[in-house]
Amino acid sequence: MIDRRRLLIQGLAAVGLGVLAGCDALSGDARVVRLLERAEQASRRAQRFLSSRTAMAKEFTAADLSSIFPANGTVNPVNPAYKALAERGFADWALKVGGLVERPRSFSLADLRRLPARTQITRHDCVEGWSAIGQWMGPQLSTVLGVVRPLPRARYVVFFCADADEAGATYYESLDLEEAVHPQTILAYEMNGGPLPIPHGAPLRLRVERQLGYKMAKYLMRIELRDSLTLIEGGRGGYWEDQGYEWYAGI
Amino acid sequence: MTDAEPAPERLYRHTVPVRLAHWINVACLSILVMSGLQIFNAHPALYWGERSDPDRTLLSIEAVGSDDATPVGLTTVFGRTFDTTGVLGVSTDSAGRIHSRGFPSWVTLPGPQWLAMGRRWHFFAAWIFVVNGTLFATYSLAGRHLWRDLLPSWRELRGLGKSVVDHLRFRHPTGDAAGRYNGPQKLAYLGVIFGLGPLIVWTGLAMSPRMDAAFPWLSDVWGGRQSARTVHFTACVLFIGYVAVHVVMVAATGLWNNLRSMVSGWYRLPPPDPGGTR
Repeated sequence: MIDRRRLLIQGLAAVGLGVLAGCDALSGDARVVRLLERAEQASRRAQRFLSSRTAMAKEFTAADLSSIFPANGTVNPVNPAYKALAERGFADWALKVGGLVERPRSFSLADLRRLPARTQITRHDCVEGWSAIGQWMGPQLSTVLGVVRPLPRARYVVFFCADADEAGATYYESLDLEEAVHPQTILAYEMNGGPLPIPHGAPLRLRVERQLGYKMAKYLMRIELRDSLTLIEGGRGGYWEDQGYEWYAGI
Repeated sequence: MTDAEPAPERLYRHTVPVRLAHWINVACLSILVMSGLQIFNAHPALYWGERSDPDRTLLSIEAVGSDDATPVGLTTVFGRTFDTTGVLGVSTDSAGRIHSRGFPSWVTLPGPQWLAMGRRWHFFAAWIFVVNGTLFATYSLAGRHLWRDLLPSWRELRGLGKSVVDHLRFRHPTGDAAGRYNGPQKLAYLGVIFGLGPLIVWTGLAMSPRMDAAFPWLSDVWGGRQSARTVHFTACVLFIGYVAVHVVMVAATGLWNNLRSMVSGWYRLPPPDPGGTR
């Protein structure tokens, strides 16, 4: 009796300690990580099932703007090519749009400014937990895609950036076409009524208002339409995704 | 077991679904709380409203460097600052290294600062928590668990004050009365199953930008996303408080007997106390 009692209590304690302490070791086990990552697919499917494709993120008024909007990640790229562009006020900068499209082309800032623009005051939700409200202006990504005409095979829009981390890995991001053509998905060249500041991704950054901040690539240089993400950099669809963050950042 | 005392009455107390749901919950809640604190550590401050204005924190935990290079952990709650070095703000890991972080490594999952993996654990456990909780609530509503075991009677509600006082004096029901949940116990369980549980899931979803786009009321009800985050954290603290009281009560009313009944289902009724409370 006493033995059974001791066994049970020891068993429960072992299970408890196993769960609490062992999880650290499990975090390094590729099979466990793959199992945990299934939750991302469940969240993505459930959220798409529950909410409409075109559900719009809340928009705010000028009175709601954050007085200080934090800048995260790279705040001033050291890349010499980027520095040269910045010194000339991005007059020589151009966004290349290509890959699986009918008509690849480049857009200068002036080209982008000639496209119909959308202005939106939205809340930026960082994966760290903070939120800030800012005003963004620029053409809808769908407008730009309409100009280059994606081929039927294209499934993803991939964004390549000017900045790299200390180890030399270039920043990039990707969206599926559903999120790419959402009305609030814009290429912003203005923030809070002025030119996009360098800490926030000058001259052009992505805004994806229904996902977390790390999806909104800054310092855009090139956009490519692709049918797969596996051959790009770490193969998981983005710089942060290659570090273990979810590709679907709707939660 | 050769004692001459009469064999105590045994009672089949917890059905298989109740026991299964209970232990799944133990695992899920442990992972959720610890990975939640890991996520919290990425920005260890709480606010009210939509925005996280740095000058308007309800709670913040920070490490402040001092002249001798040993940082001090400071926790500020509603404008009052406390030195929490060693636990909050600044703490040591299992190898004795000093870290500047919100909650210490011994309560976070993973132990080291690793937001991406904390989120993986959190959402994985959250899915199991939600499915388990939904199945359990459905079972309780459709079966007899809710009506027979959980809903308090008028008599129990009227006797609530006395029962709470008895609990505080650690005088617990014996005999037949010990075979049922008592008034405060029923209200605590009901509150957690149909109050705190749904609340923590709701405020978790309210922080999701996609859910917030589709169902703005999720966060509007609280006054914004940062409010929802604060309520989510508060609900977590309430969950920890509930578990602490629950475990103390389990230990105080016969640890072995209670544990066994939640594993095998069988509970041994404590013999009636001649000077008992009922």
